[in-house]
Amino acid sequence: MQALNSTDVWTLLAIAGLGLITLLTRSFFVLSSSDWKLPNWVQRGLHYAPIAALAAVIVPEVVMYNGELVTTWQDARLFGAAAGATWFFTKGGVLGTIVCGMLVYLPLHLGLGW
Amino acid sequence: MSAWTGSTAAAVACYWRHPAFREGLRDTLIVAPGIAAWGLTTGVALANSGLSILEVCIMTLLVFAGSAQFAATPLIISGAPLWIIWATALCVNLRFMVFSAHMRPYMMHMPTPKRVWLSYLLTDVSYVMFTKRYQHPGVDDGQLFDQMAYCKASVFTIWLSWMGSSFVGIALASVIPLSWGLNFAGILALIGITFSLATTKLRILAGGLSGTAAVAAFALPLKLNIVVAIAAAVAMSLVIEHTREAARKRGAST
Repeated sequence: MQALNSTDVWTLLAIAGLGLITLLTRSFFVLSSSDWKLPNWVQRGLHYAPIAALAAVIVPEVVMYNGELVTTWQDARLFGAAAGATWFFTKGGVLGTIVCGMLVYLPLHLGLGW
Repeated sequence: MSAWTGSTAAAVACYWRHPAFREGLRDTLIVAPGIAAWGLTTGVALANSGLSILEVCIMTLLVFAGSAQFAATPLIISGAPLWIIWATALCVNLRFMVFSAHMRPYMMHMPTPKRVWLSYLLTDVSYVMFTKRYQHPGVDDGQLFDQMAYCKASVFTIWLSWMGSSFVGIALASVIPLSWGLNFAGILALIGITFSLATTKLRILAGGLSGTAAVAAFALPLKLNIVVAIAAAVAMSLVIEHTREAARKRGAST
């Protein structure tokens, strides 16, 4: 256990670099003021980017464990995600999806250890 | 400091009366609990990672990118070379470059520092909500102003709930065990947003393809599976869109 306020120049440099990387990647295509436009096909492609980005982040988080596809159905995440999806498609709304999903997930995860 | 606080308060007051700003607040507040649960577990995880509390606080304030923080922290602990730490974060953050390409036409009317500052604060959730609400950049100053008011409201709400919950997580790190799995609330928030984006057949297909590809390519190093999945899904959707349009044109000409 390190002291609360211990640090060193190397770690601070690493962290500062990470902050700079966030800044540069998030602002990459708005940094330049010169007048250019993305090609038409790229602009059309970008309409599919948001859903593709989210699906790529979420799906592995729900169906994989330690880098492998889950092989058991006794996984609380599967039931939580299914409950959230059911709520979304019957009642709608993101908040209900979160609440309903957690109400199914937590008892299975904490109670049964799935 | 007081001048800065004063001008920020004035700007917030000015935006507060703006309908688009309030709409952005309302839309984002709905997912804020999911973000907060996610921020909380990130705070707990980082405080238990072996970094000092000071370092965790600095990282939380500066980096503002949960996935990159998770990927980079074990490398910092193990004393990996700086370029490997940074290359890892860069790969995890590559999707943000796609976002900034998309946001460019919405933002170019603003001066560079404002564009860069707002982009830095634009996380996955705000980007997705914004591009869902405004499918095309405004055609005049009024529309562009509305759009940026919505964007600022969303970014502001996410920043507050992420920072607030992260610091609560850091403070309560010894009380809240990670095994509770509270971060699943963040996943559920993202699931809800994903479904609300699934408005056309081709978009549903893009999501399905991307999710499958991300699982199939999971073994790639540096979380590159995410960027590979996005690229594959977008390319496939474009090809299908193009084929359909060509077929429609042929049908119209005969």
